[in-house]
Amino acid sequence: MGAYLVRRSFLMVLTLFGMSVLIFVMLRLVPGNITDIIFDSAGFVNEKQKKKIEQQLGLDKPIVTQYANWIAGLAKGDLGYAYVSEKPAIDEILPRIPVTAKLAVLALVFSVLFGVPLGVISAVRQNTALDYCLRVVSLSGLSLPSFWLGLLILMAFVQWFGWIPIYQSDPGSLWKEIALLSIPAAAVGFRSSALLMRLTRSSMLEVLRQDYIRTARAKGASDQVVNYDHGLRNAMLPVVTIIGVEAAFLIGGLIVTETVFNIPGVARFLVEAIRWRDYPIVQNLVMFIAIVVVVVNFLVDMTYAMLDPRIRYES
Amino acid sequence: MAAVAPGAAAQPSPSSTQVLEVANLQTYFYTRGGLVKAVDGVSFSLVRGETLAIVGESGCGKSVTALSLMRLVADPPGRIVGGSLRLGSTDLLRLDEAAMRDIRGNRIAMIFQEPMTSLNPVMTIARQISEALMLHQNLSRGAALVRSIEMLHLVGIPEPAQRAKEYPHQLSGGMRQRAMIAMAVACNPEVLIADEPTSALDVTIQAQILEVIAKLRRELGTALILITHDLGIVAETAERVIVMYAGRKVEEAAVGRLFARPLHPYTSGLIHSIPRLALMRRESGPADGRLLEIPGMVPALSNLPPGCSFAPRCAHASELCRREYPPYEEKRPGQWAACWHPVVGDSGG
Repeated sequence: MGAYLVRRSFLMVLTLFGMSVLIFVMLRLVPGNITDIIFDSAGFVNEKQKKKIEQQLGLDKPIVTQYANWIAGLAKGDLGYAYVSEKPAIDEILPRIPVTAKLAVLALVFSVLFGVPLGVISAVRQNTALDYCLRVVSLSGLSLPSFWLGLLILMAFVQWFGWIPIYQSDPGSLWKEIALLSIPAAAVGFRSSALLMRLTRSSMLEVLRQDYIRTARAKGASDQVVNYDHGLRNAMLPVVTIIGVEAAFLIGGLIVTETVFNIPGVARFLVEAIRWRDYPIVQNLVMFIAIVVVVVNFLVDMTYAMLDPRIRYES
Repeated sequence: MAAVAPGAAAQPSPSSTQVLEVANLQTYFYTRGGLVKAVDGVSFSLVRGETLAIVGESGCGKSVTALSLMRLVADPPGRIVGGSLRLGSTDLLRLDEAAMRDIRGNRIAMIFQEPMTSLNPVMTIARQISEALMLHQNLSRGAALVRSIEMLHLVGIPEPAQRAKEYPHQLSGGMRQRAMIAMAVACNPEVLIADEPTSALDVTIQAQILEVIAKLRRELGTALILITHDLGIVAETAERVIVMYAGRKVEEAAVGRLFARPLHPYTSGLIHSIPRLALMRRESGPADGRLLEIPGMVPALSNLPPGCSFAPRCAHASELCRREYPPYEEKRPGQWAACWHPVVGDSGG
């Protein structure tokens, strides 16, 4: 296990290095930098002034040097200064993370809490009215983009309550905060829950056909024990993988949802920063997301080993 | 045709030690391809400590018979549509599902064919054996674990305490089947059903597993139903044999009698298709030592011929055979068969 962890950590570092190169190069492949955008919007071009600003920001240096400076700063915990606000990038990013993190965790909890049990029910009651109903709902969940669902939710609020939940940075108590965030979280998590439901269903159906399920019945175990104790634990393996993938995918859903619900999280901030080609913000934030994804994947692999004794990360 | 109850009246007289009585069992499958009478009017009884073998080719209904006894036939498409199953004084077909669960794994238990896929891969051996003990004997987790280790010891698993903590994939095929047996006999059932218990195992392991089953049967006084297509195993293990063909019982006799003088041409064909050593060949079998096979294939159960279902493959078949199903009768004392033209004067071939 120890050897595996060392190897795994090394691979994680290697992945992140590859990611950093990719992020850096891709960002600079996008046409224009912040000076182009400022000068374009101002409507005149003073080449000398533009060069001066580029020099100040270090944009005139060779790309390799720029990359080395970024990584060197990153290693020291120095993320550089945001181009737009001219504040340290870390001060811009850090306060926005908790909002998005809460939203993402809540959305994931929502999707697992609904997706997995409903998938089990759907499988156990295969081909009943309930199963068909759940399958139709989940199909609509897969086909409904989260921003559209978000808009529908807001419109429903206006229609029925004449009131829209507005984001507050300090809602008073934890419960109020959860209540406030749960609506956008549900809008984001609905798609994932639909995906998890369908996956849990098909995985359960596969498992319930296995010989060991018959053995459990032959022992006199009740349907509950057979389905949950014997069935679900085996059926969870592919589901856990997808939960990991979905955790990363949520970020994409959050960008639009934060905009729709007017929540000042990192996802919306990132889009704003990309528009300004605010390199220090974008590259550091995307790097942060990459780290989260890599760590989540690692956790998924560990959960795998916990769920399935046949998987042991030896040799 | 289903209304006839062949053999129901022709059973050996019930004794006080009779544990199981199956009468006119009918298990049908309602499939898209039509009605499949997988088990059609099968009757037999079992006394305490007895070993009864049910033999036949694949698809003859022997496994469905076993699952019917546990009421584990998947519904849909299968359903037990007729007959009775009496375990002691309990009619199993009249029990509700909860009462039937109290019987399963407790008074009737089953050993399945494939020990790898029949054990749950994500649970320890101990937990899988404990499950039945905790369900039926109200043992605590700790007490069930102790008993599980005892059971593993009983089926001849070395270092049972260590093995109990392991998962199925960590055991060999033979060990897994031993664990499976330990699980089945944990609650000391009155009837133990072994469905092809050794088919998935190496020949060298087969004998050991059969020995374990035989030993437990002797020590616990359990009645055993051994389902197999291997007549060699039948000859070694069983006392009485039922031969099934296309969902029906075609012959029944004590094992020695059946092997020496089979009545039904199908039984005779099965016996002749066993490979024999040169030493044994002089007493029976064709002179050139070649194996005989039964020509043709098992008919589709959804489309059986009107008369005897074996007639299309039978060398002795007559017009009568093709027209009418033969009655199941006692042709010789202690030997029943359903055949218009039983093999006579034949000593095993």
